[in-house]
Amino acid sequence: MHIAEGVLGPPILALGGALSLAGCALGLRRLDENRIIPVALLSAAFFTASLVHVPIGPVSAHLILNGLLGVLLGWAAFPAIAVALLLQALLFQYGGLTTLGVNTLNMALPAILAGYLARPWLNREGWPRFFSAFCCGMCGVAGAAILTALSLGFTDEGFATAAKVLMFGHLPVAVAEGLVTASAVAFLAKVRPALLQRPHHSV
Amino acid sequence: MFSEPFAHGNSWVHALDARLRIGVAFIFSCVLAVATTWQQAKFGLIAACLLLICSRPPLRPLLRRLAAVNIFVLFLWLTVPCTMPGPAAFHLGSLSCSLAGLHLVWLITLKANAISLLFIACVATMPVAYFGHALHALRLPGKFVFLLLFTYRAIFLLADEWQRLNTALRLHNFVATSSLHSYRTLGTLVGLTLLRSIDRAGRIHQAMLLRGFSGHFTSLAEFRFTRRDGKFTVAALALLLLYFTLF
Repeated sequence: MHIAEGVLGPPILALGGALSLAGCALGLRRLDENRIIPVALLSAAFFTASLVHVPIGPVSAHLILNGLLGVLLGWAAFPAIAVALLLQALLFQYGGLTTLGVNTLNMALPAILAGYLARPWLNREGWPRFFSAFCCGMCGVAGAAILTALSLGFTDEGFATAAKVLMFGHLPVAVAEGLVTASAVAFLAKVRPALLQRPHHSV
Repeated sequence: MFSEPFAHGNSWVHALDARLRIGVAFIFSCVLAVATTWQQAKFGLIAACLLLICSRPPLRPLLRRLAAVNIFVLFLWLTVPCTMPGPAAFHLGSLSCSLAGLHLVWLITLKANAISLLFIACVATMPVAYFGHALHALRLPGKFVFLLLFTYRAIFLLADEWQRLNTALRLHNFVATSSLHSYRTLGTLVGLTLLRSIDRAGRIHQAMLLRGFSGHFTSLAEFRFTRRDGKFTVAALALLLLYFTLF
């Protein structure tokens, strides 16, 4: 899902960079010093999730967990994702300095949106919780895939097919991620329900 | 587990001021990212290669990193030329490869490799912790740098934790398949890892408070701009000037 360096056009890079900068600034302002360490640990969890492969039919894909991060962190997911992506660039050369903005925006915006929409439903027992957590995980990945496809599509119309392949290729991944998120949320709800209530106080 | 194979060398590139290296990498990456011709990209690729050779990187990790970059590029090679509208360069059976598509993908290949090699030469040649301190010296917000450094510290803890839970699963004969049971198990494992990491964060924070942590990030790293850095700055500016006069 990381777009490599040198692929995107200047307007997209600039727009992604500016919006990510704004998002990170907002996220950092809302993040008080006492919460930096928990946020760092969750950011590290986001980083390590990308090393966990789940089988989907004959192929396998790695977890992304941006929806879950959105539920747990709210706006702080922005800097958390930016930091994790920066480390992935440093340690694995996935993405890089110029695409950091776009890649962060593509992952963090759906995460925050999905988290915000799902949170009120997560405390209701049974199906509402399962369904909202499933949608949250699925929309996190699907939203990221759509934004990635849009960033490619708006760069050059020649990328249209590549963008479509990328988007539809991620649909099964989104479903798997939805199921994993739903059971992770079910576990957290049983063990530590406070985590799922208000992101600014629980973590 | 997460090694930094380029970070510990003794070339003159490693000895340059970290702030300068990050600045040069950022400016040149931005210049190359907006390049529109093959010549510009080739110029950047040659410059990046020269700098990389000077930093004397180990070969195997370098190839691995280039593979990570070029997987995405390969995906574009497979999709773009055959589907882009425009006059065809040649035909492969019923598929026609468009000239414009080939042109675009080749440009991207050059740019992607140039920028990535430059990043490896300039930024991957410093340890992550040092990179964080350099960002702080470059006036990035303390909270952001703090978050970066702590995340870096935590990825080792978490990978370890995950490995342990995974071993436990394997001991119970668990094999991940694409079944609901597998996803539920993995999800519970994710939840457990998150929970443990949050609890661990609480303990780390308490330990830090006991040692007098005030909530603010202070860096003790010192950066010195030496004569060598001056020469490198002049060379980089000259290269930039040459780039803009040539193209």
